[in-house]
Amino acid sequence: MAGIVLDKLKKSYGGTEVLHGVNAEIADGEFVVIVGPSGCGKSTLLRMIAGLESVTEGEIRIGERVVNGLEPAQRDIAMVFQNYALYPHMSVRQNMAYGLKIRGLPKEEIDRRVEEAADILEIRDYLERKPRQLSGGQRQRVAMGRAIVRKPQVFLFDEPLSNLDAKLRVQMRLEIRRLQKRLGVTAVYVTHDQVEAMTLGDRLMVLNGGRSEQFGTPIELYERPQTTFVAGFIGSPAMNFLPATAEGGEVVLENGARLPGGTGAGRVRLGLRPEHLLADDGGPIRLQAILAEQLGASTLVHGTLEGTDSALVAALPGTRAVTEGEVLGFSVAPAQMHLFDGEGRRIG
Amino acid sequence: MLKRVHFPASALPYLLVAPQVAITLVFFIWPASQALWQSMLIEDAFGLSTEFVWFENFQALFEDDQYLGSFRRTAFFSLAVAFLSMSFSLVLAGFADRVIRGATTYRTLLIWPYAIAPVLAGALWVFMFNPTLGIVAYGLELLGYEWNHQLRGGQAMALVIMAASWKQVAYNFLFYLAAMQAIPRSVIEAAAIDGAGPIRRFRTIVFPLVSPTTFFLLVINLVYAFFDTFGIIHAVTQGGPANATTILVYKVYNDGFVGLDLGGSAAQSVILMVLVIALTVVQFRFIERKVEY
Ligand SMILES: Nc1ncnc2c1ncn2[C@@H]1O[C@H](COP(=O)(O)OP(=O)(O)OP(=O)(O)O)[C@@H](O)[C@H]1O
Ligand SMILES: [Mg+2]
Repeated sequence: MAGIVLDKLKKSYGGTEVLHGVNAEIADGEFVVIVGPSGCGKSTLLRMIAGLESVTEGEIRIGERVVNGLEPAQRDIAMVFQNYALYPHMSVRQNMAYGLKIRGLPKEEIDRRVEEAADILEIRDYLERKPRQLSGGQRQRVAMGRAIVRKPQVFLFDEPLSNLDAKLRVQMRLEIRRLQKRLGVTAVYVTHDQVEAMTLGDRLMVLNGGRSEQFGTPIELYERPQTTFVAGFIGSPAMNFLPATAEGGEVVLENGARLPGGTGAGRVRLGLRPEHLLADDGGPIRLQAILAEQLGASTLVHGTLEGTDSALVAALPGTRAVTEGEVLGFSVAPAQMHLFDGEGRRIG
Repeated sequence: MLKRVHFPASALPYLLVAPQVAITLVFFIWPASQALWQSMLIEDAFGLSTEFVWFENFQALFEDDQYLGSFRRTAFFSLAVAFLSMSFSLVLAGFADRVIRGATTYRTLLIWPYAIAPVLAGALWVFMFNPTLGIVAYGLELLGYEWNHQLRGGQAMALVIMAASWKQVAYNFLFYLAAMQAIPRSVIEAAAIDGAGPIRRFRTIVFPLVSPTTFFLLVINLVYAFFDTFGIIHAVTQGGPANATTILVYKVYNDGFVGLDLGGSAAQSVILMVLVIALTVVQFRFIERKVEY
């Protein structure tokens, strides 16, 4: 078992730098999710840990061992690919046994491990089938099986669930989590789905344009986002951002409304989560409704801050009918106001 | 009311397929039936009378040691050419698959030999290996190896095999490269993570995954070696020395046009025709079904 340390990791393709110095310390047995929009460098980072991409600058350590110059095979890792990457000409059993055979394990040991993994993943009935005779979900399990029979120090996942339907995705998500806890293996998991990230990770790294914006537990990221990017990326529906001015312990909105709370002075961006807006007829935040989305358990009211063009969304519990142009009042607890400076960094 | 699409009877469709039919008739059906007809005739030594003899020509062929010898030689020659050029292309494609920079140049250069006419390809090898003038023959002599394919049957065979394989490498290479590039990168990467080195990956992943291509190329190369190598043999050895490189196609030519045994030569070409049809049928059968891996 081993932790992973990324030390000022950089990656360039030709002249273009795509990772600009990523730092992280991942503890032994921890489940870390790397999340971010398409093209931000998630796969590149993961593939560098795997040894499939060279390191341009910086250092990767797996369990105290610098692995920069090591081949993938020497790093004692296993990876699950988005397209599963099963060997099409081999049966499920041969797929899982391939890595063990190369390591020269005795046949009985290989059979024992493959069958053990097959039992855990409930794919025992398919052991003699070829990958093309399996459904997407079953292939996914085989890919997992191939990773766990090796008993590696680290699991790497690159969007392993994105080819599955929504229901299966939720189920496999839980299974991956359970399996990882049971085996106690360090895992790094890449996804662009923030719900997947929040539910799976012990900690999340939010990657944006080749930089780590924040690295912390899901709750930390939700409650104290360090940048507007993280604030907007984590949480659904997304956070509202309103231009505002901070002065003397108050935040003044564009339309002159005053909200108690906040620190600092000068122009700021105020971040408010839709679910933190509390219906309050006399409240200072006036939302002029455009339309409402009924989700059953809650209602999303879309509109603008009264007297401005700034978009504002509020989540109300239960169902509520809203007419266009109706003005609703809201208030917000000072602890749930997020203030950001001109560069998008958190104040206070 | 029923609406019916009505096509007026017209000569147009027949007109459109007519050229293809004409070409097939003139260049395939007619000569093939001529050959079949001739294979059942025997002409006397002066060409004055011909006699219809049914399958006597074929019977004579299969009792002729020279013909059977040529059959064995052809089998050896074709398998050697197919094996040599395919394995060489496989290795080249394996390397080219890994090359990123300059890959196009590399590929273009490799394709050139294919564009050279067989006779010219043959001439090239003749010059290089000419016992008195050839640069390679000279080099071999310096190493203490005496090269004279004009006298030694084994060397002559080796030379035509090399020349014929060389010309086919480009073709095989293109197919192998395409097949290798169709293998998902991640499958190879998964094997690397599983601990397989480059050679092992090639042997256990790449090679099995290109096996449909291997089978397809095997048939193509055998057909090539059977028929298209006439020009090379004619330029390099003329079937000699002492018939050491007289493969079936060359014997058809030799017996018919040089020896003027038209009946026997026609019978040989009918046998060749049956062979190529058989190979083609096998190929179509398998290509339709794809080789299962
Ligand atoms: N081989 C390469 N050569 C040049 N640029 C590359 C290469 N691979 C990736 N990039 C660039 O690096 C950046 C990061 O790519 P990466 O694949 O890591 O994104 P990602 O975060 O995994 O995105 P996605 O969610 O779409 O998979 C992209 O801008 C991409 O264009
Ligand atoms: Mg990716």
